[in-house]
Amino acid sequence: MSEPTKPANASPRRRFLKEMAGAAGGACLLAMGVTLYSKQAGARPAQAIRPPGALLEEAFLGACIRCGLCVRDCPYDTLKLATPGDGVVSGTPYFTARDIPCEMCEDIPCVKACPSGALDHALSDIRQAEMGIAVLIDQENCLNFLGLRCDVCYRVCPVIDKAITLEMRRNPREEREGPAATRHAMLIPTVHSDACTGCGKCEKSCILPEAAIKVLPARLAQGKAAEHYRRGWEEKDKAGGSLISEQLKLPVRGFDAQSAPGGQP
Amino acid sequence: MSAQRPGLEAIADKGWLAAHKWLLLRRASQLLILAAFLAGPWFGGWLVKGNLASSLTLDVLPLTDPFLFLQMLATRHWPEMSALIGVAIVLGFYLLVGGRVFCSWVCPMNVVTDSAGWLRRRLGLKSGRSPHEATRLWLLGFVLLAAALSGSLVWEWVNPVSMLQRGLIFGFGAGWVFVLGVFLYDLLLAGRGWCGHVCPMGALYGLFGKSALIRVAAHQRSACNDCMDCFAVCPEPQVIRPALKPRDPNDTPLILDGDCTNCGRCIDVCSQEVFRFGSRFNRSKK
Ligand code: SF4
Ligand code: SF4
Ligand code: SF4
Ligand code: SF4
Repeated sequence: MSEPTKPANASPRRRFLKEMAGAAGGACLLAMGVTLYSKQAGARPAQAIRPPGALLEEAFLGACIRCGLCVRDCPYDTLKLATPGDGVVSGTPYFTARDIPCEMCEDIPCVKACPSGALDHALSDIRQAEMGIAVLIDQENCLNFLGLRCDVCYRVCPVIDKAITLEMRRNPREEREGPAATRHAMLIPTVHSDACTGCGKCEKSCILPEAAIKVLPARLAQGKAAEHYRRGWEEKDKAGGSLISEQLKLPVRGFDAQSAPGGQP
Repeated sequence: MSAQRPGLEAIADKGWLAAHKWLLLRRASQLLILAAFLAGPWFGGWLVKGNLASSLTLDVLPLTDPFLFLQMLATRHWPEMSALIGVAIVLGFYLLVGGRVFCSWVCPMNVVTDSAGWLRRRLGLKSGRSPHEATRLWLLGFVLLAAALSGSLVWEWVNPVSMLQRGLIFGFGAGWVFVLGVFLYDLLLAGRGWCGHVCPMGALYGLFGKSALIRVAAHQRSACNDCMDCFAVCPEPQVIRPALKPRDPNDTPLILDGDCTNCGRCIDVCSQEVFRFGSRFNRSKK
């Protein structure tokens, strides 16, 4: 046992403190290095889609313990556990829609299997899943945009007519090249973000060699309107009439030199 | 006798098999556990799903790793029931048999670091310097702190133990680089460096190894002929001295340090049969 009064013991004690400082310092440096690395390597490629019910990416990376139970219980082998080099945080589950999309199982076995709750067990209706949002990304090659009737993405959608609809539009070639029998109207596959689950069936089935419709994580697929924007026509409907008095007439002003930029006021 | 090839005497006295009994049993245990995970993906017979982070055996028994569980709690995420039950079962089990039984009987990294240690002894390498043993405890603390501050399981970006366990079951990708790193570290830079000084997972298991019921005892310590073979093979040699060479001859012969992995290699390599497995209540000695 040590006798702290002996002056000779000052040096082992000092050595102990020095060693501890070394151990703590080394460990701290290592932990900091790893944290920095994780910040750098944390981004997820756009084509890697998380399973249904996955928490928002940041929370997901704190909750998922990388066990792969979701992967094992997916009956369609949709899910993969990322390995280092995949570009997805290693050990976390994801799928690539163009390879194997999510079949939107009614009983959602992947979510049920998750012990950590990184896949939120509150998700009980697979139609409420928000894995991503399909975007018709290539409007130059999509056959429907060329005025043909492919419609495959529309037909395969498990939430057909809600998540994806065909919207009729006039074919601009008609204007450019004059009316002719071969110029059909365009039926544009149009995705509605409130109903699209991001299952990726549409992307998987797109008949082009490279899909014209692709599922993206919501953060990439969606813009966001400013909080204070109001749509006049919607507000009008809600209020049952115009919000400003109808008879107000604003003076019609023409363009003149005075109001032009740089002109004299 | 020789630090390069400890156990030669035991082999001569007891025979090769008896001098490797616990080593062989441990390798069998590590292999069987891995096989249970692989039976599903390889042969379609699902015994155990998942990996060592969290698993489900025969669709009823959930098991969850306490280290991952703690990291997850540090990010302030509260898990589902099955993870809670799983971690309770795992904790209970290792509190009984010794926390670091995980390290020597379950964890596949043990095979890697044992091999590196064996090769280092054989080649007589003395290069490098081990960090202090307490480094792993500090690292455990800082890893949890980093998880709390960043909100993600940062250690899992690099944890070679998870990479190996997962890699064997789900496929490696480039994960083998991390495992090779540990092997080379143990071989060239620090003897028993990873498991004995760095790994925060082992540090955590060591923390709840203190109360274990199953303990190695130097019950015949008076027969010790100072060959030092047990010190040469032991992955945590500092745990042996208090039991084998106590200051007070009445001190317990039990190895009570939580860092003893209950690997039984000291029992194997001792030609004098000094060590044996026993319960922590059996303090008899000769
Ligand atoms: S909902 Fe079904 S198909 Fe989709 S990821 Fe989950 S288990 Fe797989
Ligand atoms: S089951 Fe949950 S914790 Fe396990 S890998 Fe899948 S999402 Fe992560
Ligand atoms: S991803 Fe495609 S198929 Fe799936 S719901 Fe959305 S639009 Fe439909
Ligand atoms: S004391 Fe014996 S059982 Fe414990 S770790 Fe060392 S060699 Fe293994």
